[in-house]
Amino acid sequence: MIDKKRRSRLYEKLFSVMGLIITLLAVAVLLTLIVDVLMDGASRLNWQFLTSYPSRRPGKAGILSAWVGTVWVMVLTGMMAFPIGVAAATYLEEYARKNWLTDLIEINIANLAGVPSIIYGLLGLVIFVRWMDLEQSVLAGAMTLSMLVLPIIILSARESLRTIPFTVREASYALGASKWQTIRNQVLPAAMPGILTGTILAMSRAIGETAPLIVVGALTYVAFLPTPPISLEPPYFSLEGLSDPFSVLPIQIFNWVSRPQKGFSVNAAAAILVLLFITFAMNGIAVYLRYRYQKKLRW
Amino acid sequence: MGLRSRNSWRRKGSNKLDPRQRQKIKETLIESTLFLSALLSVVITIGIVCVLMVETYEFFKVVSLTDFLTDTEWTPLFSEKHFGILPLIAGTFLTTLIAMCVSMPIGLISAIYLSEYASGRVRATIKPFLEILAAVPTVVYGYFALLFVTPLLQKLIPDLSGFNALSPGIVMGIMIVPIISSLSEDAMHAVPVRLREGGYALGSTRLQVALSIVLPAALSGVLASFILGLSRAVGETMIVAIAAGLQPRLTINPLVPIETVTAYIVQVSLGDTPTGTIEYMTIFSAGITLFMMTFVLNIVSYLLRKKFREVYD
Repeated sequence: MIDKKRRSRLYEKLFSVMGLIITLLAVAVLLTLIVDVLMDGASRLNWQFLTSYPSRRPGKAGILSAWVGTVWVMVLTGMMAFPIGVAAATYLEEYARKNWLTDLIEINIANLAGVPSIIYGLLGLVIFVRWMDLEQSVLAGAMTLSMLVLPIIILSARESLRTIPFTVREASYALGASKWQTIRNQVLPAAMPGILTGTILAMSRAIGETAPLIVVGALTYVAFLPTPPISLEPPYFSLEGLSDPFSVLPIQIFNWVSRPQKGFSVNAAAAILVLLFITFAMNGIAVYLRYRYQKKLRW
Repeated sequence: MGLRSRNSWRRKGSNKLDPRQRQKIKETLIESTLFLSALLSVVITIGIVCVLMVETYEFFKVVSLTDFLTDTEWTPLFSEKHFGILPLIAGTFLTTLIAMCVSMPIGLISAIYLSEYASGRVRATIKPFLEILAAVPTVVYGYFALLFVTPLLQKLIPDLSGFNALSPGIVMGIMIVPIISSLSEDAMHAVPVRLREGGYALGSTRLQVALSIVLPAALSGVLASFILGLSRAVGETMIVAIAAGLQPRLTINPLVPIETVTAYIVQVSLGDTPTGTIEYMTIFSAGITLFMMTFVLNIVSYLLRKKFREVYD
């Protein structure tokens, strides 16, 4: 009897130590990864690297076209996915009646969020690249990524809309506001910090996506930049850049990793540092936003 | 004249649309727009299914379903072509199995630890790290698997080839740990405190409460997290494309180069494969195989989570 008690106490202690060690193991792997990449790539990271085009000689190569491509694709993706995602979430939270169609949309979004990203690439390849004849353009890539992040944005925007208490809506109705006026002037502004947090997290996922863009046909070697949208000469504004071929950071990294020469894996490590910096910065901003508004808003 | 006509226009207009009606029309228009946005997600799913089916139909005009399912070789890119999907499925199965062997125990134990043992401060310190781990792009994990983990493992297992299933499998497992641990922890967190208190009142230790009360009560949530992790592993692309080699092989040996379904699609997409060729069609037949596998897993996981929410909310 006493033995049994002692044994269970021993197990108890054992687990509290083992649990901590195993949980820290995951953290240790993360730190190892970061240190490994830093040791491989930090020395290669300089101004020349950020402002050069890819090259056959690793010492001369850089990530200019890759990071410009990433910025292009991300801005376009956000411009398309954010409004549609918020609109869909607003409908599902504020308007949708409980019926089979709503159920179908919900289960469908949950499933879409779990579809492997490379499948979106196949869809983009057929619909945007072939049927809509956009070829291997920035726009085709951005539309593909928009479909990929859409379910994530919808899910997080709904979560955020759900936290707005019903009293806010009732107060607005009591003042004679219509449903849409209530949503536009009260509910959406109150939910916006949460929606933005979710969107930034979704974008930080999209920024590291490689596979769907490879399938859509992003290039691994691009020695020019897309036409800038704004220029100093008339007509000042141009959408030509949308149809230019492009590369993005993760694809450049993939390309360099796949090469056997040592110089290229050093380049890959340096480019990874840039990519990780952007990803972590976006996550940091999202976490900060969440933390700040959680503190400020108490319903 | 001008004034009168304007007035008459206004009167006529107001007969049709007084402000309240106009507001109503606006509201209906907005609601329809929002509804269409929500419906777009259904359109995307239909698009995926249609695109995969149409292209696969073309594929099966050339290759018989029996060959596809039973041939043990996959060599569409060679001159002597075989179209057996089994070697690719075996590659996916192998890397996924290794990943789950790593991620399920680590994810579950850290979920139990974080939910039942850790103090608020320890949780607040460790959870952000897990979130960062989940945010690392997969191409970075691929680099890590190929240039850090594989050389490390080669010191322990001299037979290990430069490309293999073991190293990307392990790294993929680490990638999935945050998914499993955070979803399982949520599930355990939702178990009402009074159930735990009942256990303590009977003299149980924390471990006994965790294993025989909390874990069973949270079981459907924990299972859902496993299945979601499984689905991520099946669909993971870049880690295996970089570190597992691109050689389809029907084997369960984790030490030799293999190829997964996903990696094959990347391999073909990197080359210049003209539309309409059989090589081009194969990526869709591989795609539909992948989609069906993850589709079943996602639905099961969704239903489990939904069931779980109904019990305790």
